[in-house]
Amino acid sequence: MDSITIFLILLSLGFVFGKFAESRHYRSIQAREELLIRLPTTSCKKPIGSHASIGHVQLVCGHVVISVDYFKQMLAGLRNFFGGTIQAYETLLDRARREAVLRMKESCPTADEILNLRIETSSISKGSSSDRVGSVEVLAYGTAIYYQSASPQLPSP
Amino acid sequence: MFVSNIENIPGKTITTCYGVVSGSTVRAKHVGRDIFASIKNIFGGELKGYTELLGESRDEAMDRMKAQAQQLGANAIVNVRFSTSSIAAGAAEIYVYGTAVTVE
Repeated sequence: MDSITIFLILLSLGFVFGKFAESRHYRSIQAREELLIRLPTTSCKKPIGSHASIGHVQLVCGHVVISVDYFKQMLAGLRNFFGGTIQAYETLLDRARREAVLRMKESCPTADEILNLRIETSSISKGSSSDRVGSVEVLAYGTAIYYQSASPQLPSP
Repeated sequence: MFVSNIENIPGKTITTCYGVVSGSTVRAKHVGRDIFASIKNIFGGELKGYTELLGESRDEAMDRMKAQAQQLGANAIVNVRFSTSSIAAGAAEIYVYGTAVTVE
């Protein structure tokens, strides 16, 4: 009986705090994405347009580790039984990737462009099923380029 | 030292190629962080301790790669790739590799 009570408490804690954390995180992601929209990021290997003079080149990275809450973990386990889309994990990965890309952009706010964006994902929930941590780590990296002359299209903040 | 993850350094020309250089670190999470992470796992959200750890080990792997390139006499590394893999239950590896070159 005690274990059921603990289980229910954990479930409701996960539901309430997890939902709150997720919506807060999405709000912050959207606000910061709007701020950084002026910094073009592509997975191409050549700069967009023809800018002859490139002054400085730099490798930039961003990374984040995010975990799911208890409620979603249970939900995913249930879904695993029946099959189908596990929406709880989809939003987790979406949040983690967008956050990693944002952190990468924030590490070079004065850059003019980021080329060849790569995203590396790995899960660190490799423990035994009893005390495993359901989390995902995302590493985003790319090449930031700075134009040599004062470029007219990009005012530096 | 110039580092990029495309085949060249934009605006520069490659003169000499020295071959592949790499760096890696194997990191483990200490127990305190593990306990904190499993508590945080109930509520969900970012695991700041693990994020920090990932950053530190990435920097260390990069430093090792750069040191290797410097030893060869290169002044740039192109086509850099990161790769992560988990070895055992508590440890994970971060591996970074690229091609050491001289640019002008």
